[in-house]
Amino acid sequence: MALLEVENLRTYFYTRGGVVRAVDNVSFTLEQGETMGIVGESGSGKSVTCYSLLGLIPRPPGKIVSGSALFGGVDLLNCSKEQLRRIQGKRISMIFQDPMTSLNPYMRVSDQLVEPLLVHDRMSRSQALTKAIASLEEVGIQDAANRINLYPHQFSGGMRQRVMIAMALISRPEILIADEPTTALDVTVQAQILELIRQRQKDLGTAVIFITHDLGVVASFCNRVNVMYAGRIVESAPTDEIFARPMHPYNASLQQSIPALHKKGQALFTIPGLPPDLTIEFRGCPFASRCAHAGEICKEQDPALKQIVPGHKTSCIRFQRGEIADVRIKNFVSAV
Amino acid sequence: MATATASIEPTPIRADELVQGTSLWKDAWFRLKKNHVALFGLYTFCTIALLCLVVPFFTGYTYEQTEISLKASAPLEPIFSRSEARKVGEPKKSFIALSNLEDEFLERPQSDRKAIVAKIASGEVYQEGRDTYQRSNQRHVFGTDPLGRDLLTRVLVGGRISLAVGFAATLVSVCIGVLWGATAGFAGGKVDTVMMRFADILYALPFTVIVILLMVMFGRNFILLFVAIGAVEWLNMARIVRGQIISLKNQEFIEAAISLGLPSHRILFRHLIPNVIGSIIIYATLTVPNVMLLEAVLSFLGLGVQPPLSSWGVLIDEGSRTMETSIWLLVCPAIFFSLTLFSLNFLGDGLRDALDPKSSKD
Repeated sequence: MALLEVENLRTYFYTRGGVVRAVDNVSFTLEQGETMGIVGESGSGKSVTCYSLLGLIPRPPGKIVSGSALFGGVDLLNCSKEQLRRIQGKRISMIFQDPMTSLNPYMRVSDQLVEPLLVHDRMSRSQALTKAIASLEEVGIQDAANRINLYPHQFSGGMRQRVMIAMALISRPEILIADEPTTALDVTVQAQILELIRQRQKDLGTAVIFITHDLGVVASFCNRVNVMYAGRIVESAPTDEIFARPMHPYNASLQQSIPALHKKGQALFTIPGLPPDLTIEFRGCPFASRCAHAGEICKEQDPALKQIVPGHKTSCIRFQRGEIADVRIKNFVSAV
Repeated sequence: MATATASIEPTPIRADELVQGTSLWKDAWFRLKKNHVALFGLYTFCTIALLCLVVPFFTGYTYEQTEISLKASAPLEPIFSRSEARKVGEPKKSFIALSNLEDEFLERPQSDRKAIVAKIASGEVYQEGRDTYQRSNQRHVFGTDPLGRDLLTRVLVGGRISLAVGFAATLVSVCIGVLWGATAGFAGGKVDTVMMRFADILYALPFTVIVILLMVMFGRNFILLFVAIGAVEWLNMARIVRGQIISLKNQEFIEAAISLGLPSHRILFRHLIPNVIGSIIIYATLTVPNVMLLEAVLSFLGLGVQPPLSSWGVLIDEGSRTMETSIWLLVCPAIFFSLTLFSLNFLGDGLRDALDPKSSKD
């Protein structure tokens, strides 16, 4: 049985400008110990999906309209607050994007690190402190016994993210949700933090949901990838499949947009147009208006995720019908 | 050359030398010590508080002891005693200030009066009928009020009341305001709406009327004065704290705290409220003078401190009525009052900076 089974998750925001369908019918499963990537551009619903799982959606204006997320027999989306609280930080924990703002500036690192232990494991303070120091050492902070007494502003960004990782992993959770954990960091520190997460994951057997828009990170880090667009998963496949045999034009376009693949001096590939306004209800494929392969059917039929080969699903209607075999954009001509 | 290379080599810094985990309060004290204005405020305030506490025991007068003949003597004005011999018992003794001495001899011609007063002033004992006049070694440092009470003692005893009311009522208002505002801001939604509308309703009522109602309902009790003022003053505090909490609530570190499964009360008390402590302190130091003024108003209406007890507010009010003839009755309590307010404001400002852990240590 899968560790986490998310079915038909819909999270809407009821704003003054209309209903934003931030997450629209998302389903995925997470196996024990695996690393699952969620990629997509800004506003595609990657973060909202994970925030929904942990009950972090601000309500109002947000609302989980439908769906279930089964985790060890508990439905995270429909259980009581108390039940969810027992899971948060103990069995599922999260690392945030910006380590500069995700630690409380008025509390010592030690006080923040021991909190989950005091609350979930009912440890004594001294026991918890010993464990906290050990966990800081495990994330590569030297002289942890002294440094633990500092305030967050006395740490650098990379060190703060290490503290966040230590805090998230201190209760040995079964799932770690990493919401763009390296976006706000320097490139050199990024690599260290990724390596650290990978290392800790190996040690603890934790499953990781890795949210990012960096395909390079996904390629090196994840076992399986879900590509999200306009609040839906448009393609889901093992990592090597996603790169070797893309089955959705959006995924293919994303890959073609990676700057490193282009020759120097050549104009960078961009996807034309803008993502759809999620407040407006539309029929058909959300990517149709930007898609080089779109046909009439794409604007009429609502797409659904279908498995093409074992483990590889796409929501591209024309690909499912066999009308296109290669979703890559061939005749890309530089505008310059 | 060898020495040159040796000096270039960096000395390894051990982490425990480099970083010292000091407590927030120790840090704050360290930073406060560097802020001279705030330190001046702290010392001034402590001095005033200490004076108020200790000095009334040593002035030789009590705040209620009247001396009608000594009405409104100026600060340090020479005092003379008059003992009136009586047929039975001890002679009746009273005190007269230099400025009123002439009035004692109104039946004499004006030229005589001046001479007599000069004589007495030079230290001679002077007999006039049954009365014996002589110089007294009594001193009223701040002079006396129209009832002949020692102003220094009254100012200092009044200071006790003012400070006590100021601090106790501020404490009450901080407790209610912070709890109310933080709960409303953190809960959000309907709870927030209901709680803040309740505060709005209270705000719309004239506050003096509420205090008067409270005082009438529960009787004129000194402790009640603290509670009554605090119960009115918390509204602003609640609004300020609520606003701050709402802006903090969406910060990532609060989301992180929620995602760690911490219970709400823990998030509220350990994560949110400490982050607004700066605003709370600043606003509390502004509340203290407000409360002192409110207390003066209530006393003026006959609901606060009752005579012969006084407070700075009462003394200033009394002094303002006689300012044309005896300005010291206004100036002396006003100096104490303003000095306290100034020092509290400086201190509050310094405390806000000192309590911010992000501000540098040097």
